[in-house]
Amino acid sequence: MRIDVNAFLGAHPYRRVPGTSPDGLLRAMARAGIDEAWVSHLPSVCWRQPMEGNAWLYDTVAREPRLKPVPALHPGLAGWEGAVGEAADRGAPAGRCDPLCYGLDPTGPEMRVLAAACGAAHLPLMMAVRLEDPRQRHPNDGVAELAAAAVRALIRSDDDVRLLITHADRGFIEEVHFGSTPEEAARLWWDVSWIWGPPEDHLETLLGTIGLDRFVFGTGQPLRIPEASVAKLDLLDLAPAQRAAIDSDNARGGLLR
Amino acid sequence: MLIDVHAHFYHAASPRADWRERNASRLAAGRKIGVTIHVASILGSWGRTSPTYFPSPRDVEHGNTALLALQQEHPDLIRGYVTVNPNYTAHARAEIARCLGAGMVGVKLAASRRATDPLLDPICELAAERGVPVLHHVWQHRRHDRPGQEASDGRELAVLAARHPQARFILAHIGGGGDWEHSLAALRAAPNVYVDLSGSGVDGGMLEACLEAAGVERLLWGSDLTMDTGWAKLRYLERLLPPHDLELVQWRNAARIFPRGAFPAD
Repeated sequence: MRIDVNAFLGAHPYRRVPGTSPDGLLRAMARAGIDEAWVSHLPSVCWRQPMEGNAWLYDTVAREPRLKPVPALHPGLAGWEGAVGEAADRGAPAGRCDPLCYGLDPTGPEMRVLAAACGAAHLPLMMAVRLEDPRQRHPNDGVAELAAAAVRALIRSDDDVRLLITHADRGFIEEVHFGSTPEEAARLWWDVSWIWGPPEDHLETLLGTIGLDRFVFGTGQPLRIPEASVAKLDLLDLAPAQRAAIDSDNARGGLLR
Repeated sequence: MLIDVHAHFYHAASPRADWRERNASRLAAGRKIGVTIHVASILGSWGRTSPTYFPSPRDVEHGNTALLALQQEHPDLIRGYVTVNPNYTAHARAEIARCLGAGMVGVKLAASRRATDPLLDPICELAAERGVPVLHHVWQHRRHDRPGQEASDGRELAVLAARHPQARFILAHIGGGGDWEHSLAALRAAPNVYVDLSGSGVDGGMLEACLEAAGVERLLWGSDLTMDTGWAKLRYLERLLPPHDLELVQWRNAARIFPRGAFPAD
């Protein structure tokens, strides 16, 4: 069983990307041996009203049991409390908020209130450090990357919030993990999509220093080919139980407890 | 058969205390992936005693000598590019002669001088004369100067390639960051430029775009600093290409542009 916690549907506004339809995503999942994907609506990351993509997302995944919705939550716009409630009612595995894409202060009052609301609703909150390598972005895509300090601030802001951070590299993860108390760090999960494998061995190092239970399988597809996350795990000498933990058990057993 | 046309190794005089582990990790990952030959370079002292992209002649020599030692230690696994700094013309040409004579199979130009600069001509003339390819570090669409390197982009490499039609150039790490679409557009009309697929970037659509722009006969498999992403691209191509075309990317194209006898199958 392999769950991709970090997948998207819909076109990317800044470059042509193949395989953004539900069928395209399902084909890529089959190719990479992925059984289930938690999907966000990619175009609405850049919309002024990101939550307007949620209806399409819910309708789309309702037709395909292998896809689970990760709806957008914008705490600066009217209706966000309802969006949190709807996500919980519909059994969404997480809600997503990309504060810098939305023009929000990632440690500001709106984000703190959202973190608390997600904690109260037992809904993990997903945030991406970046969606693309900053060196290749479209000239008009000047959104800053999420800072490690913002994640530290949010995990401290509410005792019940659980954060799923995607597209983070080794330095970012280490800074947040060791800048948090053990109780805070136990409410943080990291997807493996942006962590380097050999010869640098960043992922192997993190599994040893931070612990295998904090990591979940994620790809960032279709912006990135999902084979990358599979390959970096295949290059590790993991016992079957360890591999299963990253592939799915940590997502199902820890993050979604 | 699988040839990695873009590998690096470290040595004791580089800044990394873990240089042995990183070298061993590359070879171990290569065994899992099925790499037959790592074609590698060492960029001087990797910044310890001169800048990585502006290596001093002394560091160039030391790095190349360290790579020759690795090649001798692993004759079945490692081949070398001669790293040179074209600002030191006589030294660069002498270093190419020394290292090719000792068994290296290509020339590495990093970012010590822009690809459009005439100082690169004596290097490329010698590479063409000796029948070895030039692996050229490329920033995919360089919109401005980056600190620490005088990087070139695909368009600038195409200018150099047009000046040296008898030489063969490898555009480094198309997935190494930057706008790869810019590079691909630039090399459409540069038939002596080959695309090295390495780099940490694994963008959806990038491999299809490489095939469309350069054709399968001009694609070379490589890893650079991240072997996991190299393996991912190889796995993707295994589904995308028929077996004959896949072999071209895996090794046949490389065997064609490196000197005869450089690899076991030659």
